[in-house]
Amino acid sequence: MIQALRKLLDKFLNSLFKKKKHIKLGLYGPPNAGKTTLANKICTDWLGEEMGNVSDVAHETREIQIKEQISIKAKGKELSFNLVDTPGIATKIDFEEFIKAGMKKKEAKIRAKEATKGVIDAIKWLDDMDVVIVVLDSTEDPFSQVNITIIGNLQARDIPVLIVANKIDLKKSDMKRIESAFPQYKIASISAKFGNNIDNFYEALLDMVN
Amino acid sequence: MLTLQYIPYSDIEALPSSKRISKLLNVVKQNKIVLLEGRLRKTEEADLIKKTMEEIDAKFTGVELSVIYPENKDTLALFQRIKKNIINMLLGDRLGMTIIGPAAVIKEIKRDPNKIELLTNEISKKKKGK
Repeated sequence: MIQALRKLLDKFLNSLFKKKKHIKLGLYGPPNAGKTTLANKICTDWLGEEMGNVSDVAHETREIQIKEQISIKAKGKELSFNLVDTPGIATKIDFEEFIKAGMKKKEAKIRAKEATKGVIDAIKWLDDMDVVIVVLDSTEDPFSQVNITIIGNLQARDIPVLIVANKIDLKKSDMKRIESAFPQYKIASISAKFGNNIDNFYEALLDMVN
Repeated sequence: MLTLQYIPYSDIEALPSSKRISKLLNVVKQNKIVLLEGRLRKTEEADLIKKTMEEIDAKFTGVELSVIYPENKDTLALFQRIKKNIINMLLGDRLGMTIIGPAAVIKEIKRDPNKIELLTNEISKKKKGK
C-alpha cells in the first residue's frame, strides 16, 4: 500500500518536473510590439546569442521561431523553457503598406502572403503553449480587438498570461492606459531594446510560473 | 457610401462555428459593415481572424473588428453584479454587439470603456488633406 502510494507520488513529481522542463513559453502580440526584440534580449541574457531579425517594418517575423532549453534565474528561482516567438497577429494585411515602406511590388506581395500565413500559424500554435507573454507597445492604444482576442483566447484555454508593456523608453508610452485596459493581469513594463526594468520582468515571469 | 447590415443573433445561433464565420465574412466581403447582435465565442474570434487571413488577396485586405461587451466590473455593487450574472446566464452571447467591417472601408475602430469611434478611410483621407 505504502509502496503504491510512493509510486504514485513519484509519478506525480516526475510528471511535474518533466512538465516544467519542457514548458513552451510563447511570445504573442500585435505586429511591431517588440516580441522579437524581447526574444533577442532573453536569448542574449541567458544564451549569449540572438534569436531573430528585428525591423521597423511590420511583419518582420513571419514564421514561428523556437529557441530551446533556455534557463533563467532570479531571486533563487529557476525556470527552463523553450521560447516560441510568433508572428504578430493582425486582422488586416495590405501589400501596399509594404510598398509605402519602400519595398518593390513583387517583394511586398510575397511579404503580405507570408505575413497572412504567419498570423494563421501563430493562432494555430496557441493550443500548444504552456505560458504566454503578451507583448504590447505601450505607446499604442491597448483596447484594440486583436489584444482583447489574444488575451481572451488564452483565458479560455487556461493558459497563464503575463502582459509586457514594451517601449517604455518612448515619450508616448502610457502605462496607465494599459493597466486600465487589463486590470486583472500582472503587467511588466520594460524597454526590451534598452533593457530597462528587465530584471523586474524576469522576476514577474518566475513568480507567475513557480 | 457606407452600408451597414444588422445581423440578429438568431441568424447565426444555430449555425456551427465555421458557417457563422463564413456568413459574416461573406457580408463583409461585399464591402458592408456588419453589426452583429451579441458576440462570437472567443475561439470563434480567433478563427475569424484565421479565415480572414486565408481570404486576403489584392482586393480584400482584411477586416476591422470590435466587440462591445458589458464587462463585470469589481466596482459594481454585489446586487448589481448578481443581476448582471443572471442576465449573462439568460442571454449568453446575445449580449453586446460585434462590429466587423472591411479594412478597405474602415481604417480603424477606436474604443475605450466609454465610447467607440469608427474611422472610415474616406474620413481619414479628408482629415489628412486639411
